[in-house]
Amino acid sequence: MAKIITMTSGKGGVGKTTSSAAFGTGLAMRGFKTCIIDFDVGLRNLDLIMGCERRVVFDFINVVNGEARLNQALIKDKRVENLFILPTSQTRDKDALTKEGVEKVLDELKKEFDYILCDSPAGIEKGALMALYFADHAIIVTNPEVSSVRDSDRILGVIQAKSRRAELGLEPVQEHLLLTRYDLDRVEKGEMLKVDDVLEILAIPLLGIIPESPAVLKASNVGMPVVLDDKSTAGMAYSDAVARFLGEKVEHRFLKPEKKGFFDRLLRRTA
Amino acid sequence: MNLLDFFRRSKEPTVASQAKERLQIVLAHERSDRNSPDFLPALQKELLAVIKKYVPIDDEKVLVKLERESGCSMLEVNVELPTPAKGASKPVAAAS
Ligand SMILES: Nc1ncnc2c1ncn2[C@@H]1O[C@H](COP(=O)(O)OP(=O)(O)OP(=O)(O)O)[C@@H](O)[C@H]1O
Ligand SMILES: [Mg+2]
Repeated sequence: MAKIITMTSGKGGVGKTTSSAAFGTGLAMRGFKTCIIDFDVGLRNLDLIMGCERRVVFDFINVVNGEARLNQALIKDKRVENLFILPTSQTRDKDALTKEGVEKVLDELKKEFDYILCDSPAGIEKGALMALYFADHAIIVTNPEVSSVRDSDRILGVIQAKSRRAELGLEPVQEHLLLTRYDLDRVEKGEMLKVDDVLEILAIPLLGIIPESPAVLKASNVGMPVVLDDKSTAGMAYSDAVARFLGEKVEHRFLKPEKKGFFDRLLRRTA
Repeated sequence: MNLLDFFRRSKEPTVASQAKERLQIVLAHERSDRNSPDFLPALQKELLAVIKKYVPIDDEKVLVKLERESGCSMLEVNVELPTPAKGASKPVAAAS
């Protein structure tokens, strides 16, 4: 049975698109046929992060409107088997989406894919609601920072009240916390919320902790999902998160500062 | 970090712990607001109108609350009636 996963956050710029690209790629690397859909209508970006921006001909909205067939709009990734991207429109806005239109496309995708990953726009309004309405799983992307945690709590409220599963009284949407841009140095100094603080406040299961890492920007510059950079801490943390999602027991890494040599420390203090 | 910093740090609350505390307070409020359904204000208004037909009461004297517990919800309606003035406890005439 195909599963629909929504990457959402309430707050903007916390790492949903980065996470969608990495997580979706990670699922495909595990052999699951995966489609990542860009729900951020008007602000197309997933194509850039996935490095397929020059291959976009038709988009999600064209398919919703019956102007193109799904197969014409789906872009097959060139690096990873089983991975497809459904880009969104740059000219339309959120009103181009309706529950009926989205459902039609999702139903068609469900016949072919194992996982359908929806990259939500920011906010708690229509665009975000469209992205989460049909979800079986919701991955809440949160930064260890007050406004991000508060907005995560609000989007959890929306999921619990307004998703299809909530409206029909079905099994609730499964919620997962993905804590991103986790800056260990600042947490150690007491400047930033700890994992445990965020977990205590949001009280949902922890899927992964993605460290703040320069590899993310580097990967986005070249259009490569960071999970393919298997030397980077962020890349490794994303593949761990995928493993946990698939039910494997994986310890959380990168939660202790690297042992720094005397010279490192000396340099850091003078830097 | 020197030894002095270490001791100072354990006493002063860190900014992170202030952040946590503030979040816990604001979210407790927001969550309880979120759980009250949209119809409560309207229900409260209509109840008030009905009660006013029979008893003269202030607008603030009717409180409607929904308590959710696992398994059941309870609608709690609190009406505070005025203490009857001695002798004259004549109900207001129902509006026709
Ligand atoms: N772990 C990380 N380390 C460093 N930078 C990161 C990390 N995760 C995300 N970023 C950076 O944060 C910025 C926002 O990321 P991204 O576009 O994925 O967020 P978003 O939630 O999709 O934003 P929007 O709400 O606008 O759609 C980008 O510049 C990205 O490179
Ligand atoms: Mg985005």
